[in-house]
Amino acid sequence: MQDFNTVRELVEIAEFNGKTLSEVILEYQMGTYGETRDVLVQRMRDNLEVMRESVERGLNQEEQSRSGLVGGNARKVRAALEGGTLTRGGRLVSGGPFLRAAMRAMAVNEVNACMGRIVAAPTAGGSGTLPGVLLTVAEEVGADDDDLVMALFTAGAIGMIIMENASISGAAGGCQAETGSAAAMAAAAGVQLAGGTPRQSAHAAAIVLKNMLGLVCDPVAGLVEIPCVKRNAAATAQALLAIDLALAGIESVIPLDEVIVAMGQIGRSMHESLRETAQGGLAATPTARAIEKRLAMEMPNPDGF
Amino acid sequence: MPKTDVFGIIGPIMIGPSSSHTAGAARIGRMTRAICPGRPRSARITLHGSFAETGRGHGTHLALVAGLLGLQPGDDRLRQSLDLARKDGLEITIGHSDLGNVHPNTARLDVIGEDGCRTTVTGSSLGGGNVVITNIDGFEVEIYGNYHTLVISHADEPGMLSRITSHLADAGVNIANMRTSRKARGQTAMTVIETDHIITPDLLEAVRALPNVESVLAVPPVR
Repeated sequence: MQDFNTVRELVEIAEFNGKTLSEVILEYQMGTYGETRDVLVQRMRDNLEVMRESVERGLNQEEQSRSGLVGGNARKVRAALEGGTLTRGGRLVSGGPFLRAAMRAMAVNEVNACMGRIVAAPTAGGSGTLPGVLLTVAEEVGADDDDLVMALFTAGAIGMIIMENASISGAAGGCQAETGSAAAMAAAAGVQLAGGTPRQSAHAAAIVLKNMLGLVCDPVAGLVEIPCVKRNAAATAQALLAIDLALAGIESVIPLDEVIVAMGQIGRSMHESLRETAQGGLAATPTARAIEKRLAMEMPNPDGF
Repeated sequence: MPKTDVFGIIGPIMIGPSSSHTAGAARIGRMTRAICPGRPRSARITLHGSFAETGRGHGTHLALVAGLLGLQPGDDRLRQSLDLARKDGLEITIGHSDLGNVHPNTARLDVIGEDGCRTTVTGSSLGGGNVVITNIDGFEVEIYGNYHTLVISHADEPGMLSRITSHLADAGVNIANMRTSRKARGQTAMTVIETDHIITPDLLEAVRALPNVESVLAVPPVR
């Protein structure tokens, strides 16, 4: 087992030993906590299973969140994909994989908003991005569940380093820390799934995180609903694009480790009203305030606080 | 010590909507139950900061109670935890208060257990369902719940740590992380030891039998 604190170290360990990123993190986890490979792989397989269930549930449920603000958008996309007659040419503009990934991400976030079961990845607010991207990439490149489980380990390794050197919490670092991190994790894992190298994984994650720097966390009425569901849809598009750019050989001039530190610094300098307090940004718009007022009247407080 | 492991990033499996305000809160509840073992009979929950501000919409109170009942963050019954508590005879009071210079997502739980255990636990939710217990009964601690953990309150005097750790060494228990804090010189101190190995009842008894050890508690990893 070898220790790592940076993406650079992680990639170097993988390259030096001719291993995948997932193999490095798996061995680290085995060494640190004294658990067997089989136990760890099965735990990750359980996560994959719940991710899949949450996608399916979101695509089929008619439920709306308690606030009534969220629910049913993933179903709309599926209907549009299956109908295929919405435009002059009979095709949707952004194409198959992009829309399928966004649809799956929204499905998971809608289930989350309805207090359904999901896998935090790295958080609940950002939970749609990783399954959205990975299930779609697997479909595109013909990867199986074993590959997907390994890709989830790689995503986890990138997330651990982000948490160690910046943050994955919207309250601490804004939305860039949640869906930005989720998209970076998904890009690195997606490259591996598609057969890219550890180095390309790091470049893909750097590209996507750079493009999501500065994104604030401004949830309407403080709920993990607006704009979280559609931000996850957009994050999948960012990740898919970064995966293909990296596979094409494009590199990020600023290394991922430095992008992560920059993300942390931006998060710390972000005004408190833009860090999950529902005080600024979209949460402070007239429409958001009106929603907040309506909810305060509609949702009584039987629990006494 | 690392703040998380790979399953703190990919995971937990949880009931939505918020990993910090729902899953993290459930984990704080579960860790409190591990610190005060057995069925809790009453719990006074104090929410601070963002937990107090936005906790209701995120089910923070439901999750804390679910954790105290021993439920996993992914258990569907989390949504009905207040009803479950009522049926289980667990008396719940929920309030909010400024707990001072702590993380915005912090809760304090004053718990009385069925064996007469009384404890006050403060925990913070760090994001992604990861939490840290920062205070037990007024002593500053740092418990992430990923390891087998030994919590010892003892006299603040020379030689205590060497006597404690020699018992661990004899039992072949390796220390991963360790921290000692005290309220004032020469009074009571609290030592938290995270270990790579299970803390057996024999080892627990051996440490408990040491002179000037007031109380000992083994907290298993909370998964």
